Amino acid sequence: MKTVRIILRRELASYFATPLAYVVIVIFLLLANLFAFFFGALYERGQADLTPFFTFLPWLYLFLIPAVSMRLWAEERRNGSIELLLTQPITLWQAVLGKFLAAWAFVGIALALTFPIWLTINYLGDPDNGAILAAYLGSLFIAGGFLAVGSFTSSITRNQLIAFLIAVLLCFLLLMAGYPVVTDFFQRWAPQWLVDGVASLSFLAHFENIIKGVLDLRDVLYYALVTIFFLLASTVVLDHRKSK
Amino acid sequence: MIKTQNLTKNYDGLLAVDDLTFTVEPGEVLGFLGPNGAGKSTTMRMLAGFITPTSGTGSICGHDISADPLAAKAALGYLPEGAPHYGEMTVGGFLDFIADLRRLEGAHRKTRLDYVIGRLQLEPVIAQTIETLSKGFKRRVGLAQAIVHDPKVLILDEPTDGLDPLQKHEVRTLIGEIAREKTIVISTHILEEVDAVCTRAIIVARGKLVADGTPEALKARAPSGRLEDVFRAVAA
Repeated sequence: MKTVRIILRRELASYFATPLAYVVIVIFLLLANLFAFFFGALYERGQADLTPFFTFLPWLYLFLIPAVSMRLWAEERRNGSIELLLTQPITLWQAVLGKFLAAWAFVGIALALTFPIWLTINYLGDPDNGAILAAYLGSLFIAGGFLAVGSFTSSITRNQLIAFLIAVLLCFLLLMAGYPVVTDFFQRWAPQWLVDGVASLSFLAHFENIIKGVLDLRDVLYYALVTIFFLLASTVVLDHRKSK
Repeated sequence: MIKTQNLTKNYDGLLAVDDLTFTVEPGEVLGFLGPNGAGKSTTMRMLAGFITPTSGTGSICGHDISADPLAAKAALGYLPEGAPHYGEMTVGGFLDFIADLRRLEGAHRKTRLDYVIGRLQLEPVIAQTIETLSKGFKRRVGLAQAIVHDPKVLILDEPTDGLDPLQKHEVRTLIGEIAREKTIVISTHILEEVDAVCTRAIIVARGKLVADGTPEALKARAPSGRLEDVFRAVAA
Protein backbone atom coordinates (compact mmCIF):
# COMPACT_ATOMS: atom_id res chain seq x y z
CA MET A 1 0.00 0.00 0.00
CA LYS A 2 2.89 2.35 0.74
CA THR A 3 4.21 1.93 -2.78
CA VAL A 4 0.78 2.81 -4.18
CA ARG A 5 0.78 5.95 -2.03
CA ILE A 6 4.24 6.99 -3.25
CA ILE A 7 3.18 6.61 -6.88
CA LEU A 8 -0.12 8.38 -6.23
CA ARG A 9 1.67 11.37 -4.70
CA ARG A 10 4.14 11.75 -7.55
CA GLU A 11 1.46 11.35 -10.15
CA LEU A 12 -0.93 13.86 -8.56
CA ALA A 13 1.88 16.42 -8.23
CA SER A 14 2.74 15.93 -11.90
CA TYR A 15 -0.84 16.87 -12.88
CA PHE A 16 -0.39 20.23 -11.25
CA ALA A 17 3.11 20.71 -12.66
CA THR A 18 1.65 21.37 -16.10
CA PRO A 19 -1.04 23.84 -17.19
CA LEU A 20 -3.23 20.94 -18.35
CA ALA A 21 -4.62 20.38 -14.85
CA TYR A 22 -5.70 24.00 -14.47
CA VAL A 23 -7.16 24.13 -17.97
CA VAL A 24 -9.20 20.97 -17.34
CA ILE A 25 -10.45 22.25 -13.98
CA VAL A 26 -11.43 25.66 -15.37
CA ILE A 27 -13.24 24.15 -18.37
CA PHE A 28 -14.96 21.63 -16.11
CA LEU A 29 -16.19 24.32 -13.73
CA LEU A 30 -17.32 26.64 -16.53
CA LEU A 31 -19.28 23.91 -18.28
CA ALA A 32 -20.68 22.43 -15.08
CA ASN A 33 -22.07 25.83 -14.10
CA LEU A 34 -23.26 26.58 -17.61
CA PHE A 35 -25.14 23.28 -17.83
CA ALA A 36 -26.63 23.57 -14.37
CA PHE A 37 -27.82 27.16 -14.53
CA PHE A 38 -28.40 27.77 -18.22
CA PHE A 39 -29.48 24.51 -19.84
CA GLY A 40 -30.64 22.90 -16.65
CA ALA A 41 -32.64 25.97 -15.61
CA LEU A 42 -31.60 25.45 -12.01
CA TYR A 43 -33.24 28.73 -10.97
CA GLU A 44 -36.27 28.71 -13.20
CA ARG A 45 -37.58 25.31 -12.25
CA GLY A 46 -38.04 26.55 -8.72
CA GLN A 47 -36.99 23.34 -6.96
CA ALA A 48 -34.33 23.21 -4.29
CA ASP A 49 -32.21 20.36 -5.63
CA LEU A 50 -29.22 19.82 -7.92
CA THR A 51 -30.85 17.42 -10.39
CA PRO A 52 -30.01 19.55 -13.47
CA PHE A 53 -26.36 19.68 -12.43
CA PHE A 54 -26.03 15.95 -11.84
CA THR A 55 -27.99 15.06 -14.98
CA PHE A 56 -25.45 16.81 -17.18
CA LEU A 57 -22.40 15.65 -15.24
CA PRO A 58 -21.95 12.27 -17.00
CA TRP A 59 -21.96 14.04 -20.38
CA LEU A 60 -19.34 16.46 -19.20
CA TYR A 61 -17.29 13.55 -17.88
CA LEU A 62 -17.55 11.85 -21.25
CA PHE A 63 -15.03 14.32 -22.68
CA LEU A 64 -13.15 15.61 -19.67
CA ILE A 65 -12.33 12.30 -18.00
CA PRO A 66 -10.59 10.85 -21.08
CA ALA A 67 -8.63 14.13 -21.27
CA VAL A 68 -7.40 13.47 -17.74
CA SER A 69 -6.68 9.77 -18.22
CA MET A 70 -5.17 9.82 -21.72
CA ARG A 71 -1.69 10.63 -20.43
CA LEU A 72 -1.60 7.98 -17.68
CA TRP A 73 0.41 5.39 -19.64
CA ALA A 74 0.71 6.80 -23.15
CA GLU A 75 2.93 9.63 -21.95
CA GLU A 76 5.17 7.34 -19.90
CA ARG A 77 5.63 5.10 -22.89
CA ARG A 78 6.31 7.95 -25.27
CA ASN A 79 9.02 9.59 -23.18
CA GLY A 80 10.48 6.30 -21.98
CA SER A 81 9.98 6.97 -18.27
CA ILE A 82 7.87 3.80 -18.12
CA GLU A 83 11.18 1.88 -18.20
CA LEU A 84 12.42 3.85 -15.20
CA LEU A 85 9.18 3.27 -13.30
CA LEU A 86 8.74 -0.44 -14.02
CA THR A 87 12.34 -1.33 -13.17
CA GLN A 88 11.85 -0.04 -9.63
CA PRO A 89 10.91 -2.73 -7.10
CA ILE A 90 7.15 -2.34 -7.67
CA THR A 91 4.46 -4.53 -9.22
CA LEU A 92 2.47 -3.55 -12.29
CA TRP A 93 -0.72 -3.56 -10.26
CA GLN A 94 0.74 -1.08 -7.76
CA ALA A 95 1.68 1.24 -10.62
CA VAL A 96 -1.74 0.92 -12.30
CA LEU A 97 -3.57 1.49 -9.02
CA GLY A 98 -1.38 4.40 -7.91
CA LYS A 99 -1.81 6.20 -11.20
CA PHE A 100 -5.54 5.57 -11.25
CA LEU A 101 -5.99 6.84 -7.69
CA ALA A 102 -4.04 10.00 -8.54
CA ALA A 103 -6.31 10.68 -11.50
CA TRP A 104 -9.34 9.95 -9.36
CA ALA A 105 -8.13 12.33 -6.65
CA PHE A 106 -7.64 14.97 -9.31
CA VAL A 107 -11.19 14.56 -10.60
CA GLY A 108 -12.38 14.57 -6.98
CA ILE A 109 -10.73 17.95 -6.49
CA ALA A 110 -12.44 19.30 -9.62
CA LEU A 111 -15.78 17.93 -8.44
CA ALA A 112 -15.31 19.40 -4.97
CA LEU A 113 -14.72 22.80 -6.56
CA THR A 114 -18.35 22.82 -7.76
CA PHE A 115 -19.36 23.53 -4.15
CA PRO A 116 -20.57 27.08 -4.96
CA ILE A 117 -23.51 25.48 -6.81
CA TRP A 118 -24.35 23.61 -3.63
CA LEU A 119 -23.97 26.80 -1.57
CA THR A 120 -26.27 28.64 -4.00
CA ILE A 121 -29.03 26.09 -3.73
CA ASN A 122 -28.74 26.07 0.06
CA TYR A 123 -28.96 29.86 0.08
CA LEU A 124 -32.01 29.86 -2.15
CA GLY A 125 -33.94 27.05 -0.56
CA ASP A 126 -33.86 24.06 1.73
CA PRO A 127 -32.61 21.07 -0.29
CA ASP A 128 -32.15 17.50 0.90
CA ASN A 129 -28.41 17.64 1.55
CA GLY A 130 -28.21 13.92 2.22
CA ALA A 131 -29.51 13.25 -1.28
CA ILE A 132 -27.04 15.77 -2.71
CA LEU A 133 -24.16 14.07 -0.90
CA ALA A 134 -25.29 10.70 -2.28
CA ALA A 135 -25.39 12.16 -5.79
CA TYR A 136 -21.90 13.63 -5.36
CA LEU A 137 -20.60 10.22 -4.26
CA GLY A 138 -22.34 8.59 -7.20
CA SER A 139 -20.72 11.10 -9.55
CA LEU A 140 -17.35 10.20 -8.11
CA PHE A 141 -18.05 6.53 -8.81
CA ILE A 142 -18.97 7.27 -12.43
CA ALA A 143 -15.77 9.28 -12.74
CA GLY A 144 -13.83 6.30 -11.35
CA GLY A 145 -15.38 3.96 -13.92
CA PHE A 146 -14.56 6.33 -16.78
CA LEU A 147 -11.02 6.84 -15.49
CA ALA A 148 -10.45 3.09 -15.38
CA VAL A 149 -11.62 2.87 -19.00
CA GLY A 150 -9.21 5.74 -19.78
CA SER A 151 -6.37 3.96 -17.99
CA PHE A 152 -7.03 0.92 -20.16
CA THR A 153 -7.07 2.84 -23.46
CA SER A 154 -3.96 4.76 -22.40
CA SER A 155 -2.15 1.46 -21.80
CA ILE A 156 -2.77 0.18 -25.34
CA THR A 157 -1.15 3.09 -27.21
CA ARG A 158 1.62 5.61 -26.92
CA ASN A 159 -0.52 8.17 -28.75
CA GLN A 160 -2.49 10.28 -26.30
CA LEU A 161 -5.00 11.43 -28.91
CA ILE A 162 -5.88 7.84 -29.80
CA ALA A 163 -6.14 6.99 -26.10
CA PHE A 164 -8.52 9.94 -25.71
CA LEU A 165 -10.74 9.07 -28.67
CA ILE A 166 -11.08 5.36 -27.86
CA ALA A 167 -11.85 6.24 -24.25
CA VAL A 168 -14.61 8.64 -25.36
CA LEU A 169 -16.08 5.94 -27.57
CA LEU A 170 -15.98 3.23 -24.88
CA CYS A 171 -17.38 5.57 -22.25
CA PHE A 172 -20.16 6.60 -24.62
CA LEU A 173 -21.09 2.95 -25.20
CA LEU A 174 -21.09 2.33 -21.44
CA LEU A 175 -23.24 5.39 -20.84
CA MET A 176 -25.74 4.47 -23.50
CA ALA A 177 -25.75 0.69 -23.06
CA GLY A 178 -29.35 0.68 -21.80
CA TYR A 179 -30.69 2.97 -24.52
CA PRO A 180 -32.02 2.21 -28.00
CA VAL A 181 -28.91 3.58 -29.70
CA VAL A 182 -26.98 0.58 -28.33
CA THR A 183 -29.69 -2.00 -27.61
CA ASP A 184 -31.14 -1.76 -31.14
CA PHE A 185 -27.86 -2.93 -32.48
CA PHE A 186 -28.02 -6.07 -30.33
CA GLN A 187 -31.79 -6.56 -30.65
CA ARG A 188 -31.49 -7.58 -34.29
CA TRP A 189 -29.40 -10.67 -33.76
CA ALA A 190 -28.68 -11.33 -30.11
CA PRO A 191 -30.83 -13.41 -27.75
CA GLN A 192 -32.88 -11.47 -25.24
CA TRP A 193 -30.68 -12.38 -22.27
CA LEU A 194 -27.70 -10.81 -23.99
CA VAL A 195 -29.68 -7.66 -24.78
CA ASP A 196 -30.72 -7.45 -21.15
CA GLY A 197 -27.17 -8.12 -20.05
CA VAL A 198 -25.81 -5.32 -22.18
CA ALA A 199 -28.59 -3.01 -21.06
CA SER A 200 -27.77 -3.66 -17.44
CA LEU A 201 -24.25 -2.39 -18.07
CA SER A 202 -25.54 1.12 -18.64
CA PHE A 203 -23.83 3.79 -16.58
CA LEU A 204 -26.83 6.06 -16.94
CA ALA A 205 -29.41 3.55 -15.79
CA HIS A 206 -27.43 3.06 -12.59
CA PHE A 207 -26.97 6.79 -12.25
CA GLU A 208 -30.68 7.58 -12.42
CA ASN A 209 -31.27 6.16 -8.95
CA ILE A 210 -28.26 7.99 -7.62
CA ILE A 211 -29.45 11.36 -8.91
CA LYS A 212 -32.62 10.86 -6.92
CA GLY A 213 -30.43 10.51 -3.88
CA VAL A 214 -30.75 6.74 -3.58
CA LEU A 215 -27.29 5.29 -3.15
CA ASP A 216 -28.06 1.61 -3.65
CA LEU A 217 -25.31 -0.85 -2.80
CA ARG A 218 -25.96 -2.65 -6.09
CA ASP A 219 -25.24 0.50 -8.08
CA VAL A 220 -22.07 1.16 -6.11
CA LEU A 221 -21.00 -2.44 -6.60
CA TYR A 222 -21.65 -2.11 -10.31
CA TYR A 223 -19.34 0.91 -10.69
CA ALA A 224 -16.70 -0.74 -8.50
CA LEU A 225 -16.75 -3.88 -10.67
CA VAL A 226 -16.46 -1.91 -13.91
CA THR A 227 -13.55 0.08 -12.42
CA ILE A 228 -11.70 -2.99 -11.20
CA PHE A 229 -12.32 -4.80 -14.47
CA PHE A 230 -10.73 -2.05 -16.56
CA LEU A 231 -7.83 -1.58 -14.12
CA LEU A 232 -7.10 -5.31 -14.36
CA ALA A 233 -7.36 -5.02 -18.14
CA SER A 234 -4.76 -2.21 -18.02
CA THR A 235 -2.47 -4.46 -16.02
CA VAL A 236 -2.91 -7.35 -18.44
CA VAL A 237 -2.18 -5.10 -21.43
CA LEU A 238 0.96 -3.66 -19.82
CA ASP A 239 2.12 -7.13 -18.86
CA HIS A 240 1.48 -8.40 -22.36
CA ARG A 241 3.53 -5.57 -23.84
CA LYS A 242 6.48 -6.62 -21.68
CA SER A 243 6.55 -10.03 -23.29
CA LYS A 244 5.74 -9.06 -26.85
CA MET B 1 26.34 -11.37 -9.11
CA ILE B 2 24.54 -11.63 -12.43
CA LYS B 3 23.74 -14.88 -14.18
CA THR B 4 21.97 -15.54 -17.43
CA GLN B 5 21.03 -19.00 -18.65
CA ASN B 6 20.09 -19.47 -22.33
CA LEU B 7 18.50 -16.02 -22.25
CA THR B 8 16.51 -15.49 -25.46
CA LYS B 9 14.23 -12.76 -26.79
CA ASN B 10 12.23 -13.17 -29.94
CA TYR B 11 10.32 -10.10 -31.17
CA ASP B 12 7.74 -11.49 -33.61
CA GLY B 13 10.31 -13.54 -35.48
CA LEU B 14 13.23 -11.18 -34.95
CA LEU B 15 15.73 -12.94 -32.73
CA ALA B 16 17.13 -10.01 -30.72
CA VAL B 17 18.90 -12.09 -28.08
CA ASP B 18 19.87 -15.64 -28.95
CA ASP B 19 20.65 -18.14 -26.20
CA LEU B 20 22.92 -15.91 -24.13
CA THR B 21 24.64 -17.52 -21.14
CA PHE B 22 27.15 -15.66 -19.02
CA THR B 23 28.02 -14.88 -15.40
CA VAL B 24 29.39 -11.69 -13.89
CA GLU B 25 31.07 -11.96 -10.49
CA PRO B 26 31.28 -9.31 -7.78
CA GLY B 27 34.28 -7.05 -8.35
CA GLU B 28 33.99 -7.38 -12.11
CA VAL B 29 33.19 -4.48 -14.41
CA LEU B 30 31.89 -6.09 -17.56
CA GLY B 31 31.95 -4.14 -20.79
CA PHE B 32 29.01 -5.24 -22.91
CA LEU B 33 29.99 -4.53 -26.51
CA GLY B 34 28.40 -5.01 -29.87
CA PRO B 35 27.20 -3.13 -32.92
CA ASN B 36 23.90 -1.25 -32.76
CA GLY B 37 21.01 -3.69 -32.78
CA ALA B 38 23.11 -6.57 -31.47
CA GLY B 39 20.81 -7.11 -28.49
CA LYS B 40 22.68 -5.22 -25.77
CA SER B 41 19.76 -3.09 -24.59
CA THR B 42 17.32 -5.98 -24.93
CA THR B 43 19.52 -8.13 -22.68
CA MET B 44 19.81 -5.36 -20.11
CA ARG B 45 16.07 -4.69 -20.20
CA MET B 46 15.35 -8.36 -19.52
CA LEU B 47 17.76 -8.40 -16.57
CA ALA B 48 16.18 -5.20 -15.23
CA GLY B 49 12.70 -6.72 -15.45
CA PHE B 50 11.34 -4.32 -18.05
CA ILE B 51 10.72 -6.97 -20.68
CA THR B 52 10.07 -10.66 -20.28
CA PRO B 53 12.41 -13.22 -21.89
CA THR B 54 10.93 -15.47 -24.56
CA SER B 55 12.87 -18.33 -23.01
CA GLY B 56 15.79 -18.88 -20.70
CA THR B 57 16.29 -16.97 -17.49
CA GLY B 58 18.55 -14.71 -15.50
CA SER B 59 19.19 -13.82 -11.90
CA ILE B 60 20.43 -10.85 -9.87
CA CYS B 61 22.22 -11.84 -6.64
CA GLY B 62 20.52 -15.23 -6.85
CA HIS B 63 17.02 -13.78 -7.30
CA ASP B 64 15.45 -15.14 -10.46
CA ILE B 65 14.17 -12.31 -12.67
CA SER B 66 11.00 -14.22 -13.58
CA ALA B 67 10.22 -16.04 -10.32
CA ASP B 68 11.13 -13.25 -7.89
CA PRO B 69 11.22 -10.00 -9.87
CA LEU B 70 10.80 -7.66 -6.88
CA ALA B 71 13.82 -9.05 -5.01
CA ALA B 72 15.86 -8.97 -8.23
CA LYS B 73 14.89 -5.35 -8.89
CA ALA B 74 15.59 -4.37 -5.29
CA ALA B 75 19.16 -5.64 -5.60
CA LEU B 76 19.72 -3.83 -8.86
CA GLY B 77 20.53 -0.27 -9.92
CA TYR B 78 19.61 0.34 -13.54
CA LEU B 79 20.23 3.19 -15.94
CA PRO B 80 18.00 2.70 -19.01
CA GLU B 81 19.26 3.64 -22.45
CA GLY B 82 18.92 7.38 -23.04
CA ALA B 83 18.40 8.01 -19.31
CA PRO B 84 14.62 8.62 -19.48
CA HIS B 85 13.23 10.94 -16.83
CA TYR B 86 10.18 12.77 -15.54
CA GLY B 87 10.81 16.18 -17.10
CA GLU B 88 8.37 18.11 -14.96
CA MET B 89 9.96 17.00 -11.67
CA THR B 90 12.78 18.82 -9.94
CA VAL B 91 16.04 16.93 -9.46
CA GLY B 92 15.50 16.90 -5.69
CA GLY B 93 11.88 15.79 -6.01
CA PHE B 94 12.81 13.02 -8.42
CA LEU B 95 15.58 11.62 -6.21
CA ASP B 96 13.20 11.75 -3.23
CA PHE B 97 10.66 9.77 -5.25
CA ILE B 98 13.23 7.08 -6.08
CA ALA B 99 14.46 7.01 -2.46
CA ASP B 100 10.81 6.52 -1.40
CA LEU B 101 10.30 3.63 -3.82
CA ARG B 102 13.61 2.12 -2.69
CA ARG B 103 12.46 2.44 0.92
CA LEU B 104 15.48 4.43 2.09
CA GLU B 105 14.77 5.84 5.53
CA GLY B 106 16.19 7.97 8.31
CA ALA B 107 19.88 8.79 8.54
CA HIS B 108 20.83 6.24 5.89
CA ARG B 109 18.51 7.94 3.41
CA LYS B 110 20.06 11.33 4.06
CA THR B 111 23.59 9.94 3.81
CA ARG B 112 22.82 8.26 0.48
CA LEU B 113 21.06 11.29 -1.02
CA ASP B 114 23.87 13.61 0.10
CA TYR B 115 26.40 11.21 -1.34
CA VAL B 116 24.86 10.91 -4.82
CA ILE B 117 24.05 14.62 -5.03
CA GLY B 118 27.60 15.52 -4.01
CA ARG B 119 29.32 12.81 -6.04
CA LEU B 120 27.46 13.65 -9.24
CA GLN B 121 27.64 17.39 -8.57
CA LEU B 122 23.92 17.96 -8.67
CA GLU B 123 23.72 20.68 -5.96
CA PRO B 124 23.54 23.61 -8.40
CA VAL B 125 20.48 22.15 -10.18
CA ILE B 126 18.72 20.45 -7.28
CA ALA B 127 15.65 22.75 -7.48
CA GLN B 128 15.51 22.85 -11.28
CA THR B 129 13.06 20.76 -13.29
CA ILE B 130 14.83 17.95 -15.14
CA GLU B 131 13.54 19.02 -18.58
CA THR B 132 15.49 22.30 -18.29
CA LEU B 133 18.82 20.52 -17.74
CA SER B 134 21.61 19.88 -20.23
CA LYS B 135 22.13 16.38 -21.57
CA GLY B 136 25.09 15.87 -19.25
CA PHE B 137 23.11 16.78 -16.16
CA LYS B 138 20.19 14.57 -17.23
CA ARG B 139 22.57 11.63 -17.57
CA ARG B 140 23.99 12.33 -14.11
CA VAL B 141 20.48 12.45 -12.61
CA GLY B 142 19.90 9.04 -14.22
CA LEU B 143 23.11 7.72 -12.68
CA ALA B 144 22.17 9.17 -9.30
CA GLN B 145 18.86 7.28 -9.27
CA ALA B 146 20.68 4.08 -10.26
CA ILE B 147 23.11 4.17 -7.34
CA VAL B 148 21.15 5.99 -4.63
CA HIS B 149 20.18 2.75 -2.84
CA ASP B 150 23.75 1.43 -2.96
CA PRO B 151 22.79 -1.65 -5.01
CA LYS B 152 25.04 -4.71 -5.18
CA VAL B 153 24.52 -4.95 -8.92
CA LEU B 154 24.61 -2.11 -11.44
CA ILE B 155 23.47 -2.28 -15.04
CA LEU B 156 24.22 0.89 -16.98
CA ASP B 157 23.10 1.21 -20.59
CA GLU B 158 25.51 3.64 -22.26
CA PRO B 159 26.26 5.65 -19.13
CA THR B 160 28.62 8.11 -20.83
CA ASP B 161 26.62 8.68 -24.01
CA GLY B 162 26.25 12.40 -24.67
CA LEU B 163 28.74 13.49 -22.02
CA ASP B 164 31.71 15.75 -22.74
CA PRO B 165 35.23 14.34 -22.22
CA LEU B 166 35.50 15.77 -18.72
CA GLN B 167 32.17 14.30 -17.65
CA LYS B 168 33.04 10.96 -19.28
CA HIS B 169 36.19 10.89 -17.19
CA GLU B 170 34.19 11.71 -14.06
CA VAL B 171 31.71 8.88 -14.65
CA ARG B 172 34.50 6.39 -15.32
CA THR B 173 36.23 7.45 -12.10
CA LEU B 174 32.95 6.99 -10.24
CA ILE B 175 32.49 3.49 -11.68
CA GLY B 176 36.06 2.58 -10.76
CA GLU B 177 35.49 3.87 -7.25
CA ILE B 178 32.41 1.82 -6.50
CA ALA B 179 33.49 -1.23 -8.50
CA ARG B 180 35.37 -3.06 -5.81
CA GLU B 181 32.51 -4.79 -4.04
CA LYS B 182 29.91 -4.52 -6.80
CA THR B 183 28.91 -6.36 -9.93
CA ILE B 184 28.74 -3.90 -12.81
CA VAL B 185 27.71 -4.23 -16.44
CA ILE B 186 28.06 -1.27 -18.77
CA SER B 187 27.14 -1.27 -22.41
CA THR B 188 29.10 1.00 -24.65
CA HIS B 189 30.27 1.36 -28.17
CA ILE B 190 33.26 3.44 -27.15
CA LEU B 191 36.04 0.89 -27.17
CA GLU B 192 38.49 3.10 -25.25
CA GLU B 193 36.02 2.92 -22.35
CA VAL B 194 36.70 -0.80 -22.07
CA ASP B 195 40.36 -0.09 -21.41
CA ALA B 196 39.52 2.67 -18.99
CA VAL B 197 37.06 0.87 -16.69
CA CYS B 198 36.38 -2.74 -17.61
CA THR B 199 38.01 -5.82 -16.14
CA ARG B 200 36.34 -8.01 -18.72
CA ALA B 201 34.43 -7.58 -21.95
CA ILE B 202 31.97 -9.61 -23.94
CA ILE B 203 31.01 -8.90 -27.51
CA VAL B 204 27.58 -9.78 -28.89
CA ALA B 205 26.55 -9.76 -32.52
CA ARG B 206 23.05 -10.60 -33.83
CA GLY B 207 22.07 -11.60 -30.31
CA LYS B 208 24.83 -14.18 -29.92
CA LEU B 209 27.87 -14.07 -27.68
CA VAL B 210 30.92 -14.00 -29.97
CA ALA B 211 33.80 -13.11 -27.65
CA ASP B 212 34.45 -13.11 -23.91
CA GLY B 213 37.65 -12.24 -22.03
CA THR B 214 39.78 -9.63 -20.34
CA PRO B 215 40.55 -6.59 -22.49
CA GLU B 216 44.14 -7.86 -22.78
CA ALA B 217 43.11 -11.35 -23.84
CA LEU B 218 40.71 -9.94 -26.43
CA LYS B 219 43.35 -7.62 -27.85
CA ALA B 220 45.79 -10.49 -28.17
CA ARG B 221 43.45 -12.09 -30.66
CA ALA B 222 44.30 -9.52 -33.33
CA PRO B 223 47.75 -9.35 -34.85
CA SER B 224 47.62 -5.58 -34.41
CA GLY B 225 46.80 -5.90 -30.72
CA ARG B 226 43.96 -3.42 -31.09
CA LEU B 227 40.48 -3.98 -29.69
CA GLU B 228 38.90 -2.29 -32.70
CA ASP B 229 40.28 -4.92 -35.03
CA VAL B 230 39.04 -7.75 -32.82
CA PHE B 231 35.63 -6.08 -32.65
CA ARG B 232 35.44 -5.77 -36.42
CA ALA B 233 36.55 -9.34 -36.94
CA VAL B 234 34.00 -10.95 -34.62
CA ALA B 235 31.06 -8.56 -35.00
CA ALA B 236 30.97 -8.30 -38.78
